[in-house]
Amino acid sequence: MKSSVIVFPGSNCDRDIAVALEKMQFKNKMVWHKETSLPKSDLIVIPGGFSYGDYLRSGAIAGKSLIIDEVVKAANSGCLILGICNGFQILTETGLLKGTLLRNKNLKFINRDVNIKVVNNNTKFSNKYKKDEILKINIAHNEGNYFTDTNHLEELNKEDLIAFKYCDEAGNINENSNPNGSIENIAGIYNQKKNILGMMPHPERMVDEIISNKDGVNLFSSLLN
Amino acid sequence: MEKQFRLNLKRNKLKFSVTVTLKKDVLDPQGKVVQNTLVNMGMNNLKNIRQGKHFEIEVDENNETVAQKKVNEMCKKLLVNLIIEDYKINKI
Repeated sequence: MKSSVIVFPGSNCDRDIAVALEKMQFKNKMVWHKETSLPKSDLIVIPGGFSYGDYLRSGAIAGKSLIIDEVVKAANSGCLILGICNGFQILTETGLLKGTLLRNKNLKFINRDVNIKVVNNNTKFSNKYKKDEILKINIAHNEGNYFTDTNHLEELNKEDLIAFKYCDEAGNINENSNPNGSIENIAGIYNQKKNILGMMPHPERMVDEIISNKDGVNLFSSLLN
Repeated sequence: MEKQFRLNLKRNKLKFSVTVTLKKDVLDPQGKVVQNTLVNMGMNNLKNIRQGKHFEIEVDENNETVAQKKVNEMCKKLLVNLIIEDYKINKI
């Protein structure tokens, strides 16, 4: 499977995702944001970081970069797109995913491992997970507080477009297990066609027992499945 | 000739201010913290604070309606996230 990782000035998880993809046997290429064409890809990853120093709003400037037009075209023709952390923020700024990511409710940058629950395991990104499986995945963000209007929230629930929700170790989804104030504890969502996933947690940081755990592995093996 | 050019530049410049604030029903944690701090400092009559962003934009255009339209387009396309933010344009 061929993958491309888009690199912006200020991306800082681009190398991590490249290592994870290569470890999982993806044939990966890095693509600088000023490029105007994409290599042939089955998967495009928009990595985490602080593109353009989070100027204006997180992801706002990157969302208008040259390569993004190509990403939008690829997305519309069914290519799989994964946006992690800042990548999720960029996807909402481009309009590929609805809603937006606000400042964390407690106004603090949060960097810790949290539990998330697999809400929908019937997608290209999640078919190797069990439904309601609880994962421990790292989050590291200042703007992860997902917000959307009531119509879209209804659509997310009705059409099973919520990918992951923050929970506690026992799987309880409530205010106490919500690290950033995200609406309905949402940690990741799909677009309507489910070929685009945006998520705040970092699965690429969870692919090796030596440094963390392997809870992120199944996301990549789902894609290969 | 240079003088004339400068004069033209001056005449063609229209200046606008754009104020961007979070919509009423969107939680503004920064505004809340600023408000709580001011109350703690003894500013008791304080009712509400919303924090926002301010842009000053100069447009190289001499028709005010056209210039304002351009600024409005800038707001919609980049400066404002319409899902969560409101904006006001003022001529300055």
